[in-house]
Amino acid sequence: MSKVIYKRPRYLKPNIFHYCPGCGHSIIHRLIAEVLEELDIGEKAICVPPAGCAVLAYNYIDVDMGEAPHGRAAAVATGIKRMLPDRVVFTYQGDGDIAAIGTAEIIHAANRGERITAIFVNNGVYGMTGGQMAPTTLPGQISTTTPSGRDLRRDGPPLDLSEMLAIARGSVYIERTAVNSPKNIRNTKRAVEKAFKVQLADLGFSLVEILSQCPTNWKMTPQDSLKHIDNVVTKFYPLKVIKDETGL
Amino acid sequence: MTKKMIFAGFGGQGVLMMGYLLALSAMRDGKNVTYLPAYGAEVRGGTANCTVVVSDEEIYSPVASSPDYVVVMNKPSLKKYEGTIAPGGILFINSSLVDIEPNRTDIQALKIPVNELAKEVGSDRAINMIMLGAFVEKTGLTSLDSLEASLRYVTKGKEKFMEINKKGLIKGSEFVKRS
Amino acid sequence: MSEKVLMRGTHVIGEAAIRAGCRFYAGYPITPQNELTEYMAAQMARYPGRVFIQAESELSAINMVIGASMAGARAMTSSSSPGISLKQEGISYLAGQELPAVIVNTVRGGPGLGNIAPTQGDYFQATRGGGHGDYRTIVLAPYSGQELADLTVKAFEYADRYRNPVMILADGMMGQMMEPVVLPEPIDPVTLPKGDYILDGAKGRPSRLVKSLYLDPPVMEEHNWKLFRKYQQIAREITTWEDFMIEDAKLVIVAYGTCARIAKGAIRRLREMDLKVGMLRPITLYPFPSKPMKELTLKVKSFLVIELSTGQMLEDVRLAVEGRAKVHFYGRPGGVVPTPDEIAKHTNLIYHRQGLEGEDYE
Repeated sequence: MSKVIYKRPRYLKPNIFHYCPGCGHSIIHRLIAEVLEELDIGEKAICVPPAGCAVLAYNYIDVDMGEAPHGRAAAVATGIKRMLPDRVVFTYQGDGDIAAIGTAEIIHAANRGERITAIFVNNGVYGMTGGQMAPTTLPGQISTTTPSGRDLRRDGPPLDLSEMLAIARGSVYIERTAVNSPKNIRNTKRAVEKAFKVQLADLGFSLVEILSQCPTNWKMTPQDSLKHIDNVVTKFYPLKVIKDETGL
Repeated sequence: MTKKMIFAGFGGQGVLMMGYLLALSAMRDGKNVTYLPAYGAEVRGGTANCTVVVSDEEIYSPVASSPDYVVVMNKPSLKKYEGTIAPGGILFINSSLVDIEPNRTDIQALKIPVNELAKEVGSDRAINMIMLGAFVEKTGLTSLDSLEASLRYVTKGKEKFMEINKKGLIKGSEFVKRS
Repeated sequence: MSEKVLMRGTHVIGEAAIRAGCRFYAGYPITPQNELTEYMAAQMARYPGRVFIQAESELSAINMVIGASMAGARAMTSSSSPGISLKQEGISYLAGQELPAVIVNTVRGGPGLGNIAPTQGDYFQATRGGGHGDYRTIVLAPYSGQELADLTVKAFEYADRYRNPVMILADGMMGQMMEPVVLPEPIDPVTLPKGDYILDGAKGRPSRLVKSLYLDPPVMEEHNWKLFRKYQQIAREITTWEDFMIEDAKLVIVAYGTCARIAKGAIRRLREMDLKVGMLRPITLYPFPSKPMKELTLKVKSFLVIELSTGQMLEDVRLAVEGRAKVHFYGRPGGVVPTPDEIAKHTNLIYHRQGLEGEDYE
């Protein structure tokens, strides 16, 4: 007798990911699909994907999707959720999308306590446009627009968006996780599940910041990029529950 | 018949309400009307004015570059609008606040001491209704009855406001009848 | 039928929108249209399931409207010129994603901060699309309180029918002015048909996608041609204008909105002087009534475009008449509103210069 111990989640389409080898997006997509299935919310989920590498998320995650202009996902999600308060509405946004061009939208959505969930994928670069500096690029990190490294005097330090959003009174659950190890992946799944539960319980705004690896733009092997998260990225962006006022 | 008029004064003198109530009454009488309040920076600094057009025909321009009637509740308004009145037009002056004489001789000027009349009515807040009562008595653009009905519509029948405003309308109207 | 009410233009738009089944409104303060936002704030709260949000920016407001529209709601936002510039990003997405929405522009003076007086300086922005990409926005230009009400209802109908953003182009004077209006009969939004594209969760159906991304050029090209065919259909079906005293006219004024009202006042005076002047008033600015204008050139050889700008619709009139008639222009930009006398004087001058007073003029 054989037993199924691993299969494609129901809400993951049978398509081959276009992401680069070692990229964290495919892991995160799968985790979201698993949680949608386990919480049985896939049929009432609506996702607002970003402009960025994950712009094609609709090729993989099998739920209703509405594309937002770059950075505006939180506003678009607000409009959807206010019209359909009993659905599960989430954004999927990169660091450039949510922490640079979309800061106004996310801060005010969080502050209004919009009953939406933001999946914030932080890999420290603008991936799709070719590896430019993001608001989360680390000091000294080389990118195509910081060819000699991020200069704190010129570029300022990395932005702690999740910590900023924790100050917003309408946010209730914010956690930073990573997907560079089995343990961290499991923990990310738990955080994503919790964030959706927060929305289902109508508690307020929830966000999971997921540190993700971008070997291509970091100019590293996939293995090195996983180590880089532990050794360097988490020193600036520690993995932790940043805010939890849910009582869950 | 198309008549254009401007109501002008300080904010708080009920100038906009005068124009609105007149427009509302004329509309309820079956006339075409437009009511255009000045807005934005123009009304900052405490002045208020509005333009009302009443007509049996379709009203084209809601603006009055040479109004038939002008109501001035304060001195600056007299200075601003006296020159614009169409020849043969009527200027209604709040003589309680405006102590200067108009220069024009080709128009009719009517002085109404609204603040003094308001004391007789028993409320300073009735000054705009006193002026409106006088205005309507003189111009015949609508009737006191129609104004009263419109007033009831606007105040949603709140008797307290009704009573004092109605008294004001009658006071103004009687003042014109007597003079 | 409802009775006549005396209502401020901004309130008329708001009330007509609510009666048309608008379920979502997002706005941001800007003069001279704040009364509309305030009206929606007060009135939407009276209906269960309808939402008013004061957004953190014009950008957010239009993007919230995108979301509400995706969710299947009749949705509206409003602003004035500088705010509409910010909304153009979202309007481009609405066009690309083929989502219905209504945008009200109470035009003020510009460029830049400009002023808050009535102008028509946003004609190009409104009728040329305004945002990036190869698209068109339906643009309606009401000129009276009653048209504000009627065209607001039409705006929602057109938006749904063509799945396209619709802009109502008003100005500060239209917004502030009160006129007697018969309000439309209220529609219960529940009775409106549900689009087969809306996002409400993929229960018992395949998941849906609302997008404007077409990476493959041939696919993008077909999307562009599809939109183009839609705009052609729109032009065939909804082009609207008013002919005023046009039968015997030797000179035809072309004006819209506030300007057209004042021009009508001028025409009345000119007619008293026996000048054969009429007006063609575009009610839809996009689609523009090019066809009737061109047909008019068979008998009219002189047009006078009057705008509260330095001449924007002027270009559309020139394109429409294709050189078959002389096109004159009179403009007052910056928030200066000409008087009927001023327009009459100017028209009179052109009329005589062109020798139109002669009976046998061809």
